[in-house]
Amino acid sequence: MNVALTDSQTSLAPRRSFAGMAWRRFLRHKLAVIGAVTISLIVLMALFAPLIAPYDPNHVDIMLAREGPSPDHLFGLDVVGRDILSRMIYGTRVSLSVGLVAVSIYVVIGLILGAMAGYFGGWVDMIISRLVDAVLSFPVLMLILVIVGALGPSIFNIMLVLGLLGWPEVARIVRGQTLAVREELYVTASEAAGAGAKRIIIKDILPNIMSPIIVNATFGVARAILMEAGLSFLGMGVQPPTASWGNMLTDAQSLSTLESMPWMWVPPGMMIFIATVAINFVGDGLRDALDPKMN
Amino acid sequence: MTRENEKNDPLLVIRGLTTVFKTDLGFVRAVDGLDLKAYRGETLGVVGESGCGKSTVGMSIMGLIPNPPGKIAGGEIVFEGTDLTRLSNKEMRRVRGNKISMIFQEPMTSLNPVLKVGDLMSEVISLHQNISRGEAREKSVEALRMVGIPSPAIRVNDYPHEMSGGMRQRVMIALAISCNPSLLIADEPTTALDVTIQAQILRLLNQIKEMTGTAIILVTHDLGVIAENTQQVAVMYAGKMVEYAETGSLFDEPLHPYTNGLLLAVPRLGSKEREKRRLNVIPGAVPNLLNLPVGCRFAERCEDVMEKCRAAEPDLVDLGGNHLVRCWKYGR
Repeated sequence: MNVALTDSQTSLAPRRSFAGMAWRRFLRHKLAVIGAVTISLIVLMALFAPLIAPYDPNHVDIMLAREGPSPDHLFGLDVVGRDILSRMIYGTRVSLSVGLVAVSIYVVIGLILGAMAGYFGGWVDMIISRLVDAVLSFPVLMLILVIVGALGPSIFNIMLVLGLLGWPEVARIVRGQTLAVREELYVTASEAAGAGAKRIIIKDILPNIMSPIIVNATFGVARAILMEAGLSFLGMGVQPPTASWGNMLTDAQSLSTLESMPWMWVPPGMMIFIATVAINFVGDGLRDALDPKMN
Repeated sequence: MTRENEKNDPLLVIRGLTTVFKTDLGFVRAVDGLDLKAYRGETLGVVGESGCGKSTVGMSIMGLIPNPPGKIAGGEIVFEGTDLTRLSNKEMRRVRGNKISMIFQEPMTSLNPVLKVGDLMSEVISLHQNISRGEAREKSVEALRMVGIPSPAIRVNDYPHEMSGGMRQRVMIALAISCNPSLLIADEPTTALDVTIQAQILRLLNQIKEMTGTAIILVTHDLGVIAENTQQVAVMYAGKMVEYAETGSLFDEPLHPYTNGLLLAVPRLGSKEREKRRLNVIPGAVPNLLNLPVGCRFAERCEDVMEKCRAAEPDLVDLGGNHLVRCWKYGR
């Protein structure tokens, strides 16, 4: 009886895990919640693009080229007569996948290199840190243009280039955090229990430094979306006929379009704006929610 | 020899252990030519004030001296017939947590905050034993039960922050004994805990020793802990062992002036001398390890200092009855 009593007490004791606390703090951040809802809608839009889009995004109706918004074509048609709303909806897929894939690539690279630099120190740290400095000292946009130019513009090359050039910032954060965490007694305790470097990095260090990385990665997705849009706008990104928000804006390079046909560039421009702002709001919210010093 | 245990081979023999740390100002010998033995089923106390090298002894045995700046510069640590200082890091990893375990001073920070206690323990168990996750989990629950955690089957799902300091130290002990080590190094295991919990933890360590025959090396600055929980004591001062004895004879008849000073500095409840007695203080401070005196390291603070003491360092003298002391007062 006695034992049963203690058991139920233990299980009924109020438990507020770190994740639970962080979630509550996130919900208090109104803009972040709005951002999260917006992003969810955009993700749904990307997932169900074929169901939502009224037309085939690549269907050309040359007779209707440059036609303005109408009940049939809510956002009008572009220079070759493709439905802008449909292209905008399909473009969501490109932007989101570029953002997610590029950031995933560089977060993984940054985590591995940063943790190695911080944990092993010595010459490993020396080499990785100098590599970080080297990559950070390049003008990134020029470098990307050169590499994409050499590899040929395509959505995969964009992902790859953004992924391979984005890691230094993550690596720096991870290295700094690792230096702090590796002095924790639980790391020494793990060593004393016979754990090797790999296990200590994966089980003890990385889980304890994820907060700033998650925040950085969130902002990184927004940055990657902007970067993809910029590259596609310059013609170095996603190639037509595949629709992307950036290459839809390419049409606005002509002054007459810019001045008299706003339906061609306002929708994709707005989508880029909404998506990046929403993601940045979420990033702000996460930063506050995951900061252990906040309450 | 008087000790019946002398018939048993010692589990751990340390000979001439010297551990140095490189600093900007030169090399510091944190442990300098230490000889020690630990026997199965007995507790060896290592006592001394802050900075005397007592924790470095534990970390040297574990092979966890951070390198750089530290390294074992000489001597051997023979454990079950193998010299641990010669093992590769990979071989050493198989010893740590398996044959030799360690408990730390700060239970509040020695458990990874993001892992549930059960996951942490299964993790360590599966490092050393080739068993399934389910079995590892059962073993964790069993180890938690052994260290007296109430309702262990529920508690394995707790995060460390859901436990008190005493509970966490029990978890640390459970973790340390989960692979049935033959040597347990407890580095100030009770310093961060309040007195009642201290007593419980020490009793638990003694129970474990009796049940499993594990040898324990208890590193502490607390002579009260030494008196009640150890069979032999090594008193360290400035990196050297100054006295070694059976615990009883050390307290009955402390030989080294430093040991004597330490014992007089301990407050005692209900001592015979009822009149107000000021606690004894050892004057001065520990010598700078970078700039050690030529003679005895304790000479500057010693009440019985002689000319000889400042001229040359005394050797350890065996006075029989397993009592060794490093002082010019006792011959040679």
